[in-house]
Amino acid sequence: MPNNSSPVAEPVSPPVEPESPPVEPVETKDPTSAAEKVHAALTRSSTGSADLRELESGLDSLQSDAVRKARVDWSRVLLPVAAVVVLIIIWQFYVSLGLKRRDQVPGPMDVLEQFGTLWAEGSLQEAVWTSLQRGLLGFLISVAIATPVGLLLAQVAPLRRAFGPLISGLQVLPSVAWVPAAIIWFGLTDATVYFVVFMGAIPSIINGLISGVDQIPPQYRSVGTVLGASRLQMAVQIILPAALPGYLSGLKQGWAFSWRSLMAAEIIAVGGTIGFGLGSMLNQGRDLADMTIVMSAILLILAVGILIELLVFAPIEKRLLQRRGLLAGSTR
Amino acid sequence: MPVVLENLGKRFGEGAPVLDDVNATIGKGEFVALLGASGCGKSTLLNIMAGLELPTSGALEVPSDGAAFMFQDSALFPWLTARENVELALKLRGVGKAERRVKAAELLELVHLAEAADRRPHELSGGMRQRVALARSLAQDRQLLLMDEPFAALDAITRDLLHDELERIWKETGRTIVFVTHNVREAVRLGQRVLLLSSRPGRVVQEWEVTEEHRTDAGLAGQLTGVITARLREEIRRHAK
Repeated sequence: MPNNSSPVAEPVSPPVEPESPPVEPVETKDPTSAAEKVHAALTRSSTGSADLRELESGLDSLQSDAVRKARVDWSRVLLPVAAVVVLIIIWQFYVSLGLKRRDQVPGPMDVLEQFGTLWAEGSLQEAVWTSLQRGLLGFLISVAIATPVGLLLAQVAPLRRAFGPLISGLQVLPSVAWVPAAIIWFGLTDATVYFVVFMGAIPSIINGLISGVDQIPPQYRSVGTVLGASRLQMAVQIILPAALPGYLSGLKQGWAFSWRSLMAAEIIAVGGTIGFGLGSMLNQGRDLADMTIVMSAILLILAVGILIELLVFAPIEKRLLQRRGLLAGSTR
Repeated sequence: MPVVLENLGKRFGEGAPVLDDVNATIGKGEFVALLGASGCGKSTLLNIMAGLELPTSGALEVPSDGAAFMFQDSALFPWLTARENVELALKLRGVGKAERRVKAAELLELVHLAEAADRRPHELSGGMRQRVALARSLAQDRQLLLMDEPFAALDAITRDLLHDELERIWKETGRTIVFVTHNVREAVRLGQRVLLLSSRPGRVVQEWEVTEEHRTDAGLAGQLTGVITARLREEIRRHAK
């Protein structure tokens, strides 16, 4: 930047009155001249600070919407519940037709009974707790690894060019494919399970963050530069918050991949020091040829997924989008 | 002199020069309107002054601490409230937390938006957003304030009001303002001096003084607007095939 350093001769353009003192705002002294004044935006159109403030506040209240109170919308709760009830009724109806053997296609009541048995044994609680604990821990570690890596890839062009395709590729590779490798490396231990979870979650979180960064309006960076942000400040204060919507959908997908990978790993890798998770329960059902256990495990896996979405991600996402004014007109 | 431009030129790649031999001097505390048709390189010139782009020839002198910049759209960060947007500018300048809060409140009060401090950009009207953006650029605390058609996207009523507002704030803060616009009326309304930039290549072809009489006498201001418009059209006609 040739700031201040350039040899500058005498000013070339005609000299202007230097440092003209601030001019006092002209109040209208003569009432008749005020009436004649043409408010053509060519001259001062307000008569002083107080007048200006009043005009502005009037315009502000005309132009900005009143804050609308959000009411509790019961259809959000009742419609999904109704959908589940309808599905269960259809299920029960199909079973009562008796087209298949009852041990192959158990009814809702049979599965409910199995739930009760598993609960009483304590194996239901154990399986849910074990899997949930692993899933969440694996996911959180994945977030901690993927976030700095994603930011670095998004901000440093050569790194992005080098590793971008590989990361996208890893997202396509089903993480189950890592199970045999993990068993050979780590044996039947928790490390195997976590490794598979990482390989599922980390690439999708990185990808979400990168696409979030790609969608930032270029002007935000210009503003950051003009405001004098350093590289780190730019990344943390501007890029990361601006990319948050994309990052959040990356996190959602990352969680889904963690949970799926975890189940796959638990089904395949049984025994050793690996505890009893929902995947293990599913596998146990298959070994015992007990369809009610299999159904229970599937429903529990699904339920955990839905609950995490409803209780964790949905409120965060809603709040995030609402604060940025991005939710108007959506069907959520 | 806060800003001196000397034989400044800019071309992108091998294309025709966007700016060629631009000469201008802007005094401390002066309000200069930079006027030109679309595509005359006004924004490029402003970006060069802001240090966002480099000139390809010539020399420029700008304050060593850089310049504050205000964009055409407010470019406020949607995840921050009005106050937090202003505070961020202070934070990046290294102002301490307690002082930031006080200073941000002062600046929002200056643009008459103290009540809207906790609202988010999407809850504000276009005019209010530009006032927050103005407060943010004042938070940078630079002598030189560069404005790139900041009111172009606003409705006429709001724009007229913001002209009064900007004039008031300029007088209160004593900043040096370079205001880019393609609107002759706006240039005459705001500038103490109007610089006309030609198109392809951009060059300062003529300049006019706007006096205090022009601020109150619509007839006089209209006359000057007519003269400048005629000169601007002459410049545009030159490009007719």
